[in-house]
Parts: sequence; C-alpha cells; structure tokens
Amino acid sequence: MRSAYINKEREIEIEKEIEREKEKETEREMDNDSKFDGESARVMMKELRETYSTGKTKSYEWRICQLNNLLKIAEFHEPEILQALHSDISKPEFESFVHEIWLIKTSCKLAIKELKRWMKPEKVGTTLVTFPSSAEIVAEPFGVVLIISAWNYPFLLSLDPVIGAIAAGNTVVLKPSEVSPATSSLLAKYIGEYMDSSAVKVVEGAIPETSVLLEQKWDKILYTGNSKVGRIVLAAAAKHLTPVVLELGGKSPIIVDSDIDLKIAARRIISGKWGCNNGQACISPDYIITTKDFAPKLVDSLKLQLLKFYGEEPLKSDDLSRVVNSNHFNRLIKLLDDDKVSGKIVHGGQRDIVNLKIAPAILLDVPEDSLIMNEEIFGPLLAIVTVDRLEESFNIINSRPKPLAAYLFTNNKKLKEKFVGDVSAGGLLINDTTLHLTVPTLPFGGVGESGMGGYHGKFSFDTFSHKKAVMYRSYLGDASERYPPYTTRKLRFLKAVMNGSFLDIFRAILGWP
Amino acid sequence: MITSVDCRIDATMSMTLSSSGLNKIGSLHIAQTCLSMPSRHRSWRLLCSPICSASVSLLVEERRSTFDREKADRLVKDLKKVFNSGKTKTYEWRIAQLTSMLKMIEENEADIYRALYQDLSKPESEAFISEVAMTTGSCKLALKELDQWMKPQKAKTTVTTYPSSAEIVSEPLGIVLVISTWNYPFLLSLDPVIGALAAGNAVVLKPSEIAPASASLLSKLFREYLDNSAVKVVEGAVDETTALLEQKWDKIFYTGNGRVGRIIMAAAAKHLTPVILELGGKCPAVVDSNTNLQVSAKRIVAGKWGCNNGQTCIAPDYIITTKAFAPKLIDALKNELVEFFGDYPMKSKDMSRLINLYHFKRLTSLMDEDEVSDKIVVGGQRNEEQLKISPTILLDVPETSQIMQEEIFGPLLPILTVDNVEDSFNIINSRSKPLAAYIFTSDEELKKAFVRDISAGGMLINDTIIHLTVDSLPFGGVGESGMGSYHGKFSFDSFSHKKGVLYRGFTGDSPTRFPPYTPAKLRLLKALISGDIFQVLRSMIGLPKN
Repeated sequence: MRSAYINKEREIEIEKEIEREKEKETEREMDNDSKFDGESARVMMKELRETYSTGKTKSYEWRICQLNNLLKIAEFHEPEILQALHSDISKPEFESFVHEIWLIKTSCKLAIKELKRWMKPEKVGTTLVTFPSSAEIVAEPFGVVLIISAWNYPFLLSLDPVIGAIAAGNTVVLKPSEVSPATSSLLAKYIGEYMDSSAVKVVEGAIPETSVLLEQKWDKILYTGNSKVGRIVLAAAAKHLTPVVLELGGKSPIIVDSDIDLKIAARRIISGKWGCNNGQACISPDYIITTKDFAPKLVDSLKLQLLKFYGEEPLKSDDLSRVVNSNHFNRLIKLLDDDKVSGKIVHGGQRDIVNLKIAPAILLDVPEDSLIMNEEIFGPLLAIVTVDRLEESFNIINSRPKPLAAYLFTNNKKLKEKFVGDVSAGGLLINDTTLHLTVPTLPFGGVGESGMGGYHGKFSFDTFSHKKAVMYRSYLGDASERYPPYTTRKLRFLKAVMNGSFLDIFRAILGWP
Repeated sequence: MITSVDCRIDATMSMTLSSSGLNKIGSLHIAQTCLSMPSRHRSWRLLCSPICSASVSLLVEERRSTFDREKADRLVKDLKKVFNSGKTKTYEWRIAQLTSMLKMIEENEADIYRALYQDLSKPESEAFISEVAMTTGSCKLALKELDQWMKPQKAKTTVTTYPSSAEIVSEPLGIVLVISTWNYPFLLSLDPVIGALAAGNAVVLKPSEIAPASASLLSKLFREYLDNSAVKVVEGAVDETTALLEQKWDKIFYTGNGRVGRIIMAAAAKHLTPVILELGGKCPAVVDSNTNLQVSAKRIVAGKWGCNNGQTCIAPDYIITTKAFAPKLIDALKNELVEFFGDYPMKSKDMSRLINLYHFKRLTSLMDEDEVSDKIVVGGQRNEEQLKISPTILLDVPETSQIMQEEIFGPLLPILTVDNVEDSFNIINSRSKPLAAYIFTSDEELKKAFVRDISAGGMLINDTIIHLTVDSLPFGGVGESGMGSYHGKFSFDSFSHKKGVLYRGFTGDSPTRFPPYTPAKLRLLKALISGDIFQVLRSMIGLPKN
C-alpha cells in the first residue's frame, strides 16, 4: 500500500516535470518561430529546384567532390564532433569515434570508391518478343530530398543518408534533431562551410520547422525516429505522392539458448545494450527471452561482466552515455517504477537525476502486460522474459510488431535455421548484437512497425535513385503480325511466337492450319 | 485512369478537408457509374448520402450484399491466421498456386476474351497479347525462376565483423492487398497477384467494378482454382474499397490515378503500410525528323489506338515534333490509320470502345474546348451510343488547354510543335514525370541526351509500349506517375522483405571492443581500422604513437 502510494506521488511529480519540459520546449519553439517559416521554405525549395534543373548535381564530378568534402568534415573536425556528442549525450569518446565518425568515414570512402560502378547503367537481357532490341536500367536522382534525422546518433544518422542522397545526385535538405543541439549546430556550420550550399542545406529546428518542411513537395523523404512521427511523415508525403524511407525502431529481442559460450554472449549483449549509447540505439537489444533454468546463470554472467566493464559504481563510469534529457529520464523511471515490475529488478536501477544517469538495470521475469514490455525501452533497462522451452520465444516475438533487429545466441544449427526462417525483423544477427549495422553489403532497414525501405552501402545509392527502365529498338524487326487489321493467321503466328514453338511459327508463316 | 472508387473517396476527402461536400467530379462519377450499369442491375433509389445531403442529393444504386467493415475485419483476421500457419511460405505452396493460376488462364481463355469484349469490346488479338500472353508469361517465368529467387543471396562481410558470414533472405511481407483497374482488368489484376504469391504472401484482390464482367470472372476463377484460405477476391466499388483500406495490410499495390493514389497512401500511413502505386501521366513521344517515318508512324498508331484505344497507362499521350516535320508525320499517321483500321475506323473491330459514358463525355469535352476544336486534323467523329470516338489527331493545341493538362486516356492524340527537337526536353521536364517517355530518332546524340535529361518511369527508343513486356526491366513510375515497381523478379522483390542476416561464431572476441575504454584500446582500434599493420603492432606492445 505504502509503496503504491509513494509510486503514485512520484508519478505525479514526474508528470509535472514532463509538463514543465513541454512548456520549455514550446517557449523554445516560439523563439525559433521567426527563423524558418513557409516563405523561407518556399524560397529554399525554389533555389534547390533551380540548382537541380541545371543538372550539376547529376554529374559524377560534382558527386565525388561533395563526398570528398563531406569526408573532410569527419576528418578535420574530430575533436569538435567528439565534444558535441559529449555535450549532447555524454557519449564516451570511444563510442563516438567508432559508431559515428568511423562509420561515416567508411561509408563515405565506400561511396567514393564505388560510385562509378554504382552509376553505370545495368545492362539487362531482352526477349524474343521485342527482338532486335537492347535494354538497360539507368539510375537517376529523384531530385530534391529531405532527410530528417534523430538525436541518438546525431552525426551518423544525419550524414549517412546524406552520403547516399549525394552519391545518387540529389539536392538535399538535412533537418538534424533539436534534441541534440550541439551536434545540430555543428552540422549546420560545417555543411555550410564544406558543401555546395546551392544544393546541400541544413535546416535546424523543432516541430514548427519540421512541419513547414513537410508541407513542401519532396521527391523522397528519409526519416529516422519513431513510428508515431513516421505515420505523420508518411501522411504528409501522401499529399505529394512522395516515396518515403522510414527508419524506425521497435523492441528488438534476443533469444539466449543454454548451449553457448556464456561469457562471450554476455559481453556481446552488454556491449550492444549499454555500450551502444546506453541502450539509446534503435537496434539495441530491448529484451531477452531465455529459459527459466538458464536465466539465473545468464543474469549472473551479465552482472559479472557489467562489473568488469563499468566498475562498482556504474553511475560514475565515463564509459556510459547519459540519458538524453529529463523527458526520457522520467519516462524510463516510470517504466522501472511500474507496479508490475518494481519487484523484478535483479540488478542496478540506481538513478542520478542531476546527471541524468540510470545504472544498467536488469529486470527478471517481467510480465508481458507491463509498461516496459509494451513500448520501446530506449535506455539502460534490460528486461528478461522466461519461457519453459526456447521454441516458445518465436511465438512471443511473432505475436508482437516486427522489430528492427532480432538476435539469437546459440550453437544449435537447427535453431538458427528455424530462427532465420520463422522470425521476421528488419535484420537478424546470430551470436552477436548490433554489428550487422556495420556490414555495408546488407540492407539496413525495418519492416512493418520498424519501418520501410533500407539503406547502407549501395542500398543507400539505390534508395535515393529512381531505376529508370530504358529500352532501345531499331527500325528493324517490324513484323506485320503486331499490327491491325488482326486476322486469324496473325493471331496464330503470335501465339506460336509467344509459346516459343519454332515448328508452330513455321506452320503459321506457311499458313498451315 | 479514373474509377468510380474516386467518388466516395473524393467525398470523404472533401468532407474532412474542406467540408465542402461532394465535388463536381465526384457526383458526376456516381451518376456515370450508374448509367453504365447494365439495365438489369438498375434498381435505382433516391438516396440522400449523409456525406453530402446538404449540397447534392444523389442517385445511388442500392446494394444488397455489402462487404462492410465487419466482414473486412474477419477477412483479414482469417488471412492472418493462415499466413501465420506458415503454409504460404513454402516453396511447394507457391508453386502449386502459380501452377493453378497458369491452368486457370489457359483453360478459360475463351471466357476471358468474352469478358473483355463485354467490358471493353477488346479485340481478341489485343486481349491475347496484352492480357493472356503477358500473364501466362509471368506465371511461367515465376514457376521457372522461383527457387532461384527464393535462395538467400550471400553477402560479403568486412574485417570489422571477422569471422562472420552474411546473407540477404527474402521473406513474405504477410497479407497484401492488390487494387486493380479496368483497362487491362486481367493483366493488372493477375500480374501483381503472381508476384505476391511467388513471394509467399496471402493476397486479397479488389478488381475494378468498372469492368464488371472481368471482375466477376476473376472472382469465380479464383474460387475454383486457387487456395481460398489464402487468396481471395473482394468485388465491389467505393464502400468495399473503403472497408478494405481501413484494415492493416503489410503491403498495398494500387493501379490507377494519382488522386486515388494519394488517398491510398494516406490510408496506408495510418498502419505504416508500404505501398506500390502504379499511376499514369501524360506520356510524351518525341519525333525527330531524322527517323524512319513509316515504321515510327506504325509504332505510334499501334501504341496509341492499338492498345485498348488509348486507354493504357503507357499509351503515347501527346507528340512533340518540329514545325517543319509535323505535316509529314501527320500524313504518315493518317496512312497507317487507314492501313490498320480502314476508311471507317468507327466500324473497325480491331479497336476497343471507350469504357463508359463518363469517359466518353470527358473525352468529347476535351475535343470541344475552345481553341482545341478547330485543331483537329484527323478524325473527330463520335458515336455516343456505341461509346466510340474515331482516332483523332490535333495539331498545335495550346499548352494551357485541358487536353494538355490531364491524362487523355482515350483515342485523342495532340501534337505540339517546336522549332528544334531539343526544345521538347524543356516541355517534358516542365511537367510531372510521366510513366513512359518515347523518342523516335536515328541520332545517337539525341538518344543519349534523352536518356540523360528526361525523367520518366521508363523510356523506350524508337517504339512504344513494348518495354512493358521485358521482364528484366522494372516497370513503375516516378513522382506523379507512381512509386515502386514490378514485373519479373521485381514483382517478387516488391512483395518480399529483404532481411539482412549476419552469422557469427563465438570466436574472434577482441577485448578492444569492450569497456572500460582506454587510450590504448582506442589507438589499437584506429590502427586496425586504418589497416596500418605497423601501427597495430606498436599499439599492441604499448608504444606511443609516433
């Protein structure tokens, strides 16, 4: 009773806090309001359309030059980028370097290296029906594209799509997240300095700016974020028939089998959960499913490795990002304090409201109807669901919306096969977490609630290109059978050609029945 | 393409957007749909629609058996259950369905021709080529290639994830909705369904009520030949489509016009459903003077009037040629028209009729507009009773005229003239991106410039339409002409999710990756990443950089 009462009180407090935050946000919005309105959007769009119609962004040279300049931003300004990420989210330098700077450099270098090949029209075969002819698929830019980015990997998730858009020859507007203001203004500054400002632009801002942007007619929109806003973006795009890529999230599960190298599995789970922006990553493991028998061993191993990684006082560790802001801090606290799970915390959960930190928390045997199991956690809490038999985990996953990633730790070949065959998710990774994101030969993107469309490597280029079918004919091969007046003989001939029966073709030509 | 589905959706749209009630086009549609109904179905009732009772009262056909929201709920629930059972995912099920589909078309060819004749007076040769042969071709290709298509595609991995292996697995999306249209009611219904089945989805097909004979034949044949627990036809018009669109689908494939395309996409947005929109647009044909005139004229006539009498999404909509060449082109087109359809084209059996009175009126009003009616240089005859308009060529219509503003979708062909053939590019690029763009020329440079500078769903040099038959080319629009594509393997891909899968073992677990992060670890990592072996060694033995 007492604890319920305290919880209630805390809830009210948290709600008040959220209210205050919202007010602050509106104030900030009001301040910004004058900066970017419908009129400035129209002027910007006009300029971008004009630039695009000159055809300069279509040239190989322009694309390469822009990619090189973008690479320079990552190369020349590493310390400032690290600093901005630290200021926005206390991201450890190591993580910032690997997950943001290095991935952008790799992605940029790959595009520079491969661009010529990507741009080359793809020759395809033609059929007897159209003989003689040749055909190819030509990748052409869409035109003017909008990229709306997110705050958790503000550098990576802004520039990686921009690389694809530029490689494909589009003009681009980037809207970085206002929730990571330091990185947002850094991007605005350096994109302004390094890139061709007639074709690549940054619009900073929050909801009003985004709304104004979404009213414009774009040729493609890529949005990274949550499914609620994803729906809004898609509905806005529908008005202009604009195709959309939505990179959303979801509750990415991990299935843990018992016949594994437990130590390695635990390390990889921790590194994917807390070692990726402290759980604030779209492909971060959200919850674990394991057997009742194995759960205690797994928990022990996770505890041990957590201790090795972050020490006795993880709240003081420099190797963990903080929670991005008090909104999210309060949201996470609410998940922890849910009556249905507050007794289930088997590790961590200490909080430091001043520094916006929550110690890595593990919750064992959370009920499926708890809050924590019904929204994307996106923070340092890891829920564990237990089952009698591991196969039941497939049903649990498949009964929920499709996640962006699904993980499995096992040495059992059959189980792997069944997992790959039966579990639908944006991507799957066996015996590790989050690493599949770094493989540019795999498309990265969601399905169902976790999004639509994919990118990375050549897929980024493809996503921002229209694949134009082109067919060439000469004036030869003009069979009269194709044209009216239609006769029975002509029809017979056509049927023979289409069936590919040479004997019938001869019969038809000779006029035999 | 305009279907009667438009009207209700228009109505709901205008209600939600401006509360202005049913718009003019919408009410016209309803009236026209009713008028085009065979007389035995006419059981008129004066009905005040709640949507627009304030402004317009409407004649609406009374419908007895309604497919409402409740039925749609149940339908989707049932399909989901079937899909979750996993049976549609198996290679065997897919092959069985495709085989039955092929059998279905082959065994019922005569009925298909009859239905197409009833709906559109479509000549048998045309029906054979563009509906029967195309769909059996698609079926056969899918049957032949399916095991290749389904095979996971191996992908290379990098040193970062070493040791590992990767593949891209194609998996079905789930339950998909195919909304088809009336101009090629078999092809545009069956071709997407073939892709959806090949990819292992459960499918609902909504054929167009504007081609009722074809719709009911499809419904009957699907029941007879396909697995009814996973493949269904819902016949109907606005109400049925609305009920279907409220459901959560895993993919929606719509063929039709941009206005309804927007509504489909907005409905899909509520459920985060990806859509493929196969729309239309004004497809231009540029004719250079440096061309084989006779062959060019034949191919233009065949693509325009020989394909459902212009009622085709990739039919040439207008021609751009030079002022000097236009008279020669017109003469050649006239000659070929006589060759093809004789001196009395209104009596030719080799041309489809217009689909209904609404479209007949729409087309005649395009012809009758001021500053257009005096531009007719060939044809212009009309027969309202038979819903026929003779092949009509118009020279030098103003760019602001209605005929140059909307997709013609019928037997009218305007010709715009320019001083230099290159000027045509600006005209095309100043308009919405079309589904197809054509050019007739022997000039290699001009071909190159056309491919480089013109954006369209697809393009075809020195012919019309037949790029559609090449299954190694993706078929689909861009911008106003649509999004997403299909045909051949692209159909399979369009109805599949490409799942990236990475496999790792428990070896290769470098502590460098894990916290606590130290400067030494960062140094080693940077060295590894830059591939500098010397640096790697230095960091490993703890020597400082440089």
